[in-house]
Amino acid sequence: MKSPFLIFCLFISLTSSALAWAEPEQDRKQILTFYQQIFPELQLADYAHGVYAIDADAKNSWQAIEEFPPYEFALEEGKELFNRPFSNGARYADCFPNKGIAIAQNYPYWGEQKQTIITLAGAINDCRLQNQVSALPYAKGEITKLLAYMAFTSRGQLINTIIPKHSQQALNAYKQGKNYFYQRRGQLNFSCASCHVDNAGKFIRSEILSPALGHTTHWPAYRLNTGEMGTLHRRFMACNKLIRAPIDMAQSPALRQLEFFLSYMANGLPLNGPSTRK
Amino acid sequence: MSTIKIRSKRFTDYTLVRTLIAHPMETGHNKNDATGELIPAHFIQTLTFKHNGKVLSQCQMGYGVSKNPFFSFKIKSAKAGDKVSISWQDNLAYSDTLEHIIP
Amino acid sequence: MLTTRRRFVKKMLALSGYALGLSFSKISLANWIADNFSRQTISQSITQLFPDQELQKSDRISLKLPRTAENGSVVPITISSTIPDVDTIYILSEKNPVPLIAEFSIEPELETYLGARFKMQETCDVIAVLKAKGQYYQTRQKVKVTLGGCGG
Repeated sequence: MKSPFLIFCLFISLTSSALAWAEPEQDRKQILTFYQQIFPELQLADYAHGVYAIDADAKNSWQAIEEFPPYEFALEEGKELFNRPFSNGARYADCFPNKGIAIAQNYPYWGEQKQTIITLAGAINDCRLQNQVSALPYAKGEITKLLAYMAFTSRGQLINTIIPKHSQQALNAYKQGKNYFYQRRGQLNFSCASCHVDNAGKFIRSEILSPALGHTTHWPAYRLNTGEMGTLHRRFMACNKLIRAPIDMAQSPALRQLEFFLSYMANGLPLNGPSTRK
Repeated sequence: MSTIKIRSKRFTDYTLVRTLIAHPMETGHNKNDATGELIPAHFIQTLTFKHNGKVLSQCQMGYGVSKNPFFSFKIKSAKAGDKVSISWQDNLAYSDTLEHIIP
Repeated sequence: MLTTRRRFVKKMLALSGYALGLSFSKISLANWIADNFSRQTISQSITQLFPDQELQKSDRISLKLPRTAENGSVVPITISSTIPDVDTIYILSEKNPVPLIAEFSIEPELETYLGARFKMQETCDVIAVLKAKGQYYQTRQKVKVTLGGCGG
């Protein structure tokens, strides 16, 4: 005869477990509703254009540049680098599903074996290490060209970030990313949300703040300010520097968790990298 | 790999020719963040745009042109198979040229 | 670790890649007039480029420019005009240390049309000057350049 108490405990744990797993979807729907109220004219896919969806003057300028975008050289080099065999004869295509073509929408994902979040940049370096080639620096240089090519082949694919239901660790990683997003930091005591949720669409000095929804769609980006290809993580680092907070390094656990959270929020948005940004 | 990319598109009344060039267009007034030294000026000074061997535009420019310069022109009358070319030379006497066949 | 000899060979190979371009000098390249691109004020630049000339204001020149430059390093511009027989287009930025950005000769086979991307340091007028049959025409448009907030 089952103890009612035990049944009760089972019920509670199942419900809270169900509730816990429902949290990411609830968060996503909540943030979507929030932005839809501020930007009633925007469709989901529009958020992939970031601030250009809400700043017409900047959009015109951006489109003029996209007519023949400066990332074309990095893209061409990226394709060559991607197809070049390692010294042992293997190629990047051997490391990835679908030979590495049109797969960026599945990153980042929860890696069961490594029990950590795997980003596309991380996977590129895993591939290199597996083939006895040294890892590439994460912030700039060659990795941005490879990412440009892989992003390009993935254009139009809808973001597909999965939190595996059997993995408490994956859910925890999501929650840590979410906490990071909402946590205030630095001298200016801003959180990511302070600007990109609470003040999305408003001006900070002379610029309009973009909504966080869609922040992960358009990377890597040719940055007009540096004249170089930049990655999402390099942008995270720059943001933290601007708000005078300690800088987490590109591809550190904290930033991978943040990317995981942001990417889950952007599920269903189309990828449109590489792109150009100011 | 060439430093020059050329794209063309034929419309009813004109053919649009666009070019993107890989070049630092360094002004000579920027400092290397790591060493603190001035990065020497390195910028394209002249550019020539030709159609079927005839010069249609000669350009003089300074370092006020953006890094990885872009230019676009409209040829009044061009056909598929016509050749256009872009040639540039910079202040350090480097140069490059590329020919493109209008599709 | 490259030996000194290997490093030398590598450097020569790199340089020769550029040197190859020089061998294509059958192409006549325009002369570059250093004075036109010296650091000076806009008035000095205009006096030097167009001595004793009147730059007639024209509404037949269209400029496509952003109201606010996202980043002063790359400002896209398109110039087009219905003025007939234009043979030269000049692009100037009023407060740039070197106000003359570029000048283009335009043969009759070309539409009076030009697209380019250039640098601006601060808010000022962008000026297009067109020469047609010895007459000079101008139009100008202000572009705001700001130090932004967080774009970096």
